[in-house]
Order: sequence, then C-alpha cells, then structure tokens
Amino acid sequence: MNKIICDEFLLDTIEMREAYCNALIAEAKKNDKIYDIEVDVQSSMGTKAFKDIFPNRSINCGIMEAHAIGLCAGMSATGLIPFFHAFGVFASRRVYDQVFLFCAYQDLNVKIIGGDSGINATANGGTHMPFEDVGIMRNIPNITIVEPADSAILETLVATMANTYGNFYVRSSRKKGVKIYTENTKFEIGKANTLTEGKDVAIIASGLLVHQALLAERILRIEGITCRVIDMHTIKPIDKDTIIKAAIECGAIVTAENHNIINGLGSAVAEVVVENILVPVERIGVNDEFGQVGTLEYLMEIYKLRAQDICEKVRECIRRKRL
Amino acid sequence: MKYLDYAVAAAKIRKLTIRALADFGYGHIGGSMSVCDLYGVLYSGVLNIDSKNPNKIDRDWVVMSKGHSGPALYSALAYAGFFPISDLKTLNANATNLPSHCDRLKTCGIDLSTGSLGQGISLGMGAALGNKLQGIDSYTYIILGDGELQEGQIWEGVQFAAHHRLDNVIIFIDNNHKQLDGTIEEVCRQFDLAMKFSAFGWEAIRIDGHNTDSIYEAILQAKENNGPVVIIMDTIKGQGCSFAELVAFNHYMIISQEMSEEACKEIDRRLETQL
Repeated sequence: MNKIICDEFLLDTIEMREAYCNALIAEAKKNDKIYDIEVDVQSSMGTKAFKDIFPNRSINCGIMEAHAIGLCAGMSATGLIPFFHAFGVFASRRVYDQVFLFCAYQDLNVKIIGGDSGINATANGGTHMPFEDVGIMRNIPNITIVEPADSAILETLVATMANTYGNFYVRSSRKKGVKIYTENTKFEIGKANTLTEGKDVAIIASGLLVHQALLAERILRIEGITCRVIDMHTIKPIDKDTIIKAAIECGAIVTAENHNIINGLGSAVAEVVVENILVPVERIGVNDEFGQVGTLEYLMEIYKLRAQDICEKVRECIRRKRL
Repeated sequence: MKYLDYAVAAAKIRKLTIRALADFGYGHIGGSMSVCDLYGVLYSGVLNIDSKNPNKIDRDWVVMSKGHSGPALYSALAYAGFFPISDLKTLNANATNLPSHCDRLKTCGIDLSTGSLGQGISLGMGAALGNKLQGIDSYTYIILGDGELQEGQIWEGVQFAAHHRLDNVIIFIDNNHKQLDGTIEEVCRQFDLAMKFSAFGWEAIRIDGHNTDSIYEAILQAKENNGPVVIIMDTIKGQGCSFAELVAFNHYMIISQEMSEEACKEIDRRLETQL
C-alpha cells in the first residue's frame, strides 16, 4: 500500500478557505468560464484574493442566498461555471428548494461550497451549525456530495469540480485543520481512500473525523485491535465496493462523522451494508441534537466525536461481531 | 390595430391552448389565457430565436416563472415551429414532453424549468447575466404572475437586477388580479406595483395586457432604457374564454370539447372586431 498519510498529525500548512481560494484562482486562470458568486461572506470565506485578480468574475449578490443559487443555475445554463460559497447552513438548508429545482432538477452545473460544517461553526453556535446538510442534500438526485478531510484534498476537489459537469455540494471548513495527506496524494471523486490496513474493524470517517479515526487506530493498535481507516470523502455517490470489501474483510464497521447520525455518512454506509453483507455497524456522530457555541475541543467532547469515543464504539462493534 | 400579425398570432395561440387543455380534459386555463397576447407578440418575430436551432448562442431567452401557464407557452412554441402542433395533444399525458409546468429537459424551446412560484426571476437573471458577461447580445424575458409577487425571492431578484444595472432583462407581470384562493385583493394585497418597482430602481410601464399593439410598443420602449424594465400588463384571468372569464375560480378548470369549440368561436369573433 502506498503511503498517503502523514507520520505525524500536525496543523495543516494552510487554512481551508485559503486552499479553496488558491485552487479556484488556479482553475480560473485556465478557464474563463469560472465565476465566484458571493453572498456577503467574502471576508469570512477568504475569497477576496479571487476578486483582486478577477474583479469582473466575482459577483456579490448581498445577503440573498436563494436568489444567488438561482442566479448560478441561470448562469450555468449559458455555459458559465459558477462557484457559490456560504456557511454550511446557508449553502444547504437555506437554499434547499433552490438547489433541488434550479440545479439538480434542471441538470445544470453549479458548485456549492458550504463552509463551517457541523461543529466547525464553533462560536457561531446552533443557528450556524449544520448537522443535517448531508442528510438533506443526499435526498437530491443528480448531486455529488464531498467532505474533504484536509486542504490537499480540497484543492484537488476544486480542480475536479471545475472540470466535471454537474452539481456539487462540498462540506468544508474555513480554518486550519490537521494535515492528513502527504504531498501529491491522488484523490478520485467517488473512490474512498483506505488510510490504514487493518483486519478487525473498519472505521469509515469523513471530514473532521478522519483525524480522530486515525488517532483511534493508534490507540487500538496498542490493545491489539487493527483498524482499517477509510476516508469516505465522497458521501454521494458512496463507494459501495470499498464498503463491501471492508465488511467482508473486517466483519465490523464503525462510522464517524461531524453530522447528525441520521441520514449522514453512517446511514449511507449502513444502507450499503444491509443490502449486501450484514455485519455489525456502529455510528459516531451527533445524536440528533442541535448545535451550540463552544470550542472545537469542547464540542467534540460533548457530542462524543473524539478518538476515545470512536474506540468505545470499536470495542462494542467487535463484541457484537463475536456474538 | 397597427400590428395585425400579433393579434392574429395571439388568437391562434389562444385557440391552440384551449384545445390542448380540452383534449386533456382539465388544466390551468385562467393564467394560460391571460398571457396569450404576450406570446402572440413575442413569438411572431420579436424574439431572436430559431426553431431549427433552438440553442443558438445569441438567442433571446424566455423564462415563464409562472410555470403553470406552460400550456400557453407550448402553444406559442408549436405555433413558432419548435415542434409539431399535433404534439399539443400530448399535454400532460403519461411520458409527455409537455408537462403541466415548463421543463427545459423535456420541451424543445423551453430555456429554463419553472413551476415553483417566485423563483423563475433568479434563473432568468442568471441567464441574462451569463449572456451579458460573455458579451452575447440578447434579451431575457421573464414572465411573472401577480400572485407570485407575494414570494420574497422575487424582491431579492428585483433588487439584484437594479443594483447590477441588468439592461438585458425585461419582466412582464401578468397582472390578472387573481390567485388560486381568490382575488389578490382578498388574499394578500399587492399595493402599488409600479411604485414598488420604481422604489427598487426599475422603470415601470403599465399597459393593457390584451392589446398586442401596446405590448409591442412597450417592448420597444423598454429596450431604449439602460436598466431593467418591468411591463405591468393588466389582464383578465381566462381572457378569451367567456365561460372562464365569468367564473370566479378559474385558475384550474374542467374543460369539455364543447366549451373549447365555443371558446374558439368567441376568440375568432373578438379578433374580427379588433381587426
């Protein structure tokens, strides 16, 4: 197996928003159809650098998310490639009907980036903390949902979106996370990355929880439990082959997501498992609760999203496997 | 009438529409009838479109935000040669290409799908902006119902277009004074429409929406303006069909072949008096 993850988990070299903006600028230099559609969060999302380079290709709608998604859809019908970004709640829940009818239903070509996924919203609290965005977006046909774990995969993702016709919802964060991937790791939309080879249990994680899953793998290794950590960055379409292979070879699966356990990654994995090969599945995620203010560490603790929480679920899952 | 062709085209489109609705047995007659005169003008040479090349790059775009009036637009498209008139018989049939609400993926000549009220304005402005940014010389015509102006997203679009000085957008309001549950006045008053648009920085023109000369001249006037223009068309829901005009609830009606034929005769009679 090629080594694709870092030996040490250090702070990422770059903020997620900066990685997004850099990648968008790089693509826009190659393709004059790319436009940046703003809804008054340019300062928060760090896309000012794009505007500085392409003043005529950055359009600020003001605080009009619903209209902006319609605008993106109409623009894409004329051949342009609009990238829309907002905080996660405004890029999903606020514009759900518009994404459904304008983008997906009409088979148009709009790229939607929701920043501040789940507890990444920290001090903005419950009104700004999407635990349901994957759940609702997953119910829309004709949309790809991706949750990058670090800046490297986000940069690749922007390039992929620019060159792939269709609607995307990206569940991202704005600030620096933990660097997971080594330089030049290859990512393929719809194809999960297997990060560690283990046989006792598979931990299928996305976004913020990939790091916690890798930490859990190290803890459990000491206990003699080997974990196959899988970064399921593409939540729709889900990589069924990798899930089935993990179910067959590990016999137990724990999912881990920074999202409500209802209808997110865990549900998507469970759907594949029950339809193909029944193995015990345990889910780490927010247990059907609303968000609140707090530091990342505090929120990880109260919503039980830490490596030690994953370890407990792994032990439980292995116990069920042996029944 | 100065421009006879438009009135004749409107009568043809109106008759095709009522027959298509009668063939299916029921449908959105009120709001379809009230926009037929506009389509008579648009699809008789005002629009830069080519039925043989429906996706031509510099075409004018039409966004029927009140998507439930699709039957009138389909009749206009058939009249303009985008598909055979006989296709109108498939309106709302199983597996049809002519569904109740406009669908860009199904119907030749439909630029953008609509049906969920209050949203077509944003799509239309996206198309207008997209064309403008690419240096394409075209107009986008957006048709709104007066009822759907109650939706908040309409006013997001109105403010956006004025701020960005979108001068390649013309909005028509089919101001037929009724919505599904009753008159606009009863359900939720619109207050002074022209003043509302003016306050948002738009040029507002108010006309008789059943006078094809007035419609044509308003479009010419709108194109002279260097910002977005709204043409408020005072119309009658069900216009042209006596049986529908007289009914308070005419948003959606059962229509027999006999009613359809009687309406077509009435449409012809009214056309003769206009000519």
